[in-house]
Amino acid sequence: MHTDVPQSIESKERYMYRWLLCFRYLRTRYIALASIISVTLGVATLIVVNSVMAGFSAEMHERLHGLASDILIECHASGGMPDPEGHLKEIMKVCGEDVVGSSASVHVPAMLGIDFNGQLITRHVNFVGLDPATYDDVSHFGRYLLHPKNQSQVNFDLREDGFAPDREQFPSSGWGYRRARVAYERALAEEQARIDALRAPASSITNEDAGPSLAIGPPQIFEESNKEEITEFDPAVEQFPGIILGISTCSARMRDEENNVRDHYYCRPGDDVRMMFPNASDNAKVVNQKFTVVDMYESGMSEYDSTFAFCRLDQLQEFRGMIDPSSQVRSVTTIQLKLAAGADLNAVRDALRRRFPPNVYAYNIQTWRDMQGPLLAAVKLETTILNILLFLIIAVAGFGILATFFMIVVEKTRDIGTLKALGASGGGVMSIFLSYGLLLGFVGSGAGLIGGLLFVDHINEVATLIEKITGQEVFDPTVYYFTEIPTIIHPFTLVWVMAGAVAIAIFASVLPALRAARMHPVKALRFE
Amino acid sequence: MNSDTVLRAQDVYKSYHKDRIEVPVLRGINFDVTTGLVTALVGRSGSGKSTLMHLLATLDQPDRGEIQFQGKRIDNASRSRRDRYRNHDIGIIFQFYHLLPELSAIENVLAPTMIGRSAWNFFRHRKEAKKRAEAMLDRVGLLHRASHKPAEMSGGEMQRAAIARALMTDPTLLLADEPTGNLDTETGLDILKLLTELNQDDGLTILMITHDDSIAESADCCHRMQDGQLQQGIPELLIA
Ligand SMILES: Nc1ncnc2c1ncn2[C@@H]1O[C@H](COP(=O)(O)OP(=O)(O)OP(=O)(O)O)[C@@H](O)[C@H]1O
Ligand SMILES: [Mg+2]
Repeated sequence: MHTDVPQSIESKERYMYRWLLCFRYLRTRYIALASIISVTLGVATLIVVNSVMAGFSAEMHERLHGLASDILIECHASGGMPDPEGHLKEIMKVCGEDVVGSSASVHVPAMLGIDFNGQLITRHVNFVGLDPATYDDVSHFGRYLLHPKNQSQVNFDLREDGFAPDREQFPSSGWGYRRARVAYERALAEEQARIDALRAPASSITNEDAGPSLAIGPPQIFEESNKEEITEFDPAVEQFPGIILGISTCSARMRDEENNVRDHYYCRPGDDVRMMFPNASDNAKVVNQKFTVVDMYESGMSEYDSTFAFCRLDQLQEFRGMIDPSSQVRSVTTIQLKLAAGADLNAVRDALRRRFPPNVYAYNIQTWRDMQGPLLAAVKLETTILNILLFLIIAVAGFGILATFFMIVVEKTRDIGTLKALGASGGGVMSIFLSYGLLLGFVGSGAGLIGGLLFVDHINEVATLIEKITGQEVFDPTVYYFTEIPTIIHPFTLVWVMAGAVAIAIFASVLPALRAARMHPVKALRFE
Repeated sequence: MNSDTVLRAQDVYKSYHKDRIEVPVLRGINFDVTTGLVTALVGRSGSGKSTLMHLLATLDQPDRGEIQFQGKRIDNASRSRRDRYRNHDIGIIFQFYHLLPELSAIENVLAPTMIGRSAWNFFRHRKEAKKRAEAMLDRVGLLHRASHKPAEMSGGEMQRAAIARALMTDPTLLLADEPTGNLDTETGLDILKLLTELNQDDGLTILMITHDDSIAESADCCHRMQDGQLQQGIPELLIA
């Protein structure tokens, strides 16, 4: 009995047997699976690299952005801009609807002097006088401090103790430490005085003898400043104006013999340090002021941690003479703005630049992106180049597939002849091998996808494992400030990596498939 | 032209070219296959029997002359018409069975149906198709081996599966190229008996190429291929 037969074979684009056959080929031709492993590895690597790079750059964005505030208006004049409230009013007129937070501050280059074992350690820092009430509105600041209470509300008064509770190695700090240190120093000074008193009659060259005492006393250069203040000042119960130091300005991170990472602190909360910075007059003089370290700042960005020091805005204004004696109007050097989410940074910047044209005002108005542009661009370029290179690897894998497929087509010559003898069209035979390529592409990149995702998911465990096996640190905490490898998986990246890999597999199977389609049936049938 | 003629070769020439040397194989073949008969084609090895069969199955093109199927030229028909001709109008069996090694016996039998139909059409009628494939396997006595792969079957079983596959689309004509050539005598006789039965019970038209004189003798009519031409006659006379 005739079962109904369609009129034309040509009209059937979808061939039943091709799927059956290519599934069977997939199950029986393991060589093809071997060739697809390169695609799998390529896809997995692409996914891992992209998510690590995305995680890294997002983390960097987040940190840079958090540290930098959306818009920064800097005045280059050493006296700064007077009347920040007036400026802010003008700014609100220009872009008031976008601004959700603002803070005025004084930035001044300064030299930090730390007395460490009788040596003076000097560091160049950016000294920032900030308004504790508003500074956290425009950028992340508090969260990078060590003391938990300071994290929620910055305070420039020294705390009793409890700094960095999550760090075992952090030395004891705060008032408790300060009192102990002062008591120790006093005892030492008394002892010294006693020795001096004993020696005084014996010799008159006291100056040479005082040499070793330098090791505990303040260095000579500090002697002349604020002499009368020191006499009244009792460091056991009083503090100088508070200062928060970037952690790398006063510490060094290195490895000990057991290869453990250790931080060495030159000073800690409770210690006094010295800041030297120019005052605001046109005829600038150096202000030399003692501060008491009340906390430390660790953002993870070494550029910030190694160059910043913070104190209270009003105090810095006072020290620098930025208060007009007659009108009591205060000046600042910097106004930072926080914009509403989704606001167009560049548009606001340009509007502000129009309001404060550079040829009239010595103001530099920048977005945080402008400031970090080169770094962000470098990371982006790196990602792009890595992607191109890895895709070339998958393309190389494509040639492997091509070769394997040619082999399979040759091996299947007789079957191709059989199929044609049974009425299969050239297109049908071609579709077998194209579908086969498609299927292999899916299997290979699917395995790569799963592998890559698993890898990304467990990347930190993998890193520790590699460390254990090789004894080499994969992620050196003295170099990177991340404690974990940051990763972000963008679905869009997954889609185009998969699509690219499948496309390469299909492209690689086109030539062998064409060859199969063009094969002469008789030659194929006679093929031994 | 005789209305009983299902397949006709008319003045067919075919030669192969190898390194600019022409090897003439068929030189003016005129030949009819009559409906309902078993036609045997004998000849020495290399005389061009397989070549002729490939031309009749439109697997190759003659240099000259025509092949007619049911009175219409088939050798120069459209590609799709020739595909359908091979798929549906004729069934082919080979000396070396040519089963697809990745498929089981029943899948091999189903292959022509799968090839001839769209995925959707096949899917819709898969139960009927399967039933028919089982019937065909039963017909050749191989139902118990339906799920076996070719590599797990003997030569005779493979040839039976190949016959079942050729019968799957209910062809008008069965072309067989030395179907017993690779089998021992007894198994060959079994296959032959099967083919004879198919001819006698179902009226299947068979064109069979063979070396075996006894087979040729039992055929309804016999042709001998010699020097690229055919001599027709009563089997006994030709063989003698
Ligand atoms: N592709 C080819 N190129 C050149 N010569 C060929 C080609 N194919 C077949 N021939 C030649 O054509 C002739 C006929 O071959 P064919 O296979 O048709 O013979 P046959 O009668 O089927 O022989 P057998 O009984 O051994 O199967 C042979 O001499 C063979 O060498
Ligand atoms: Mg032959």
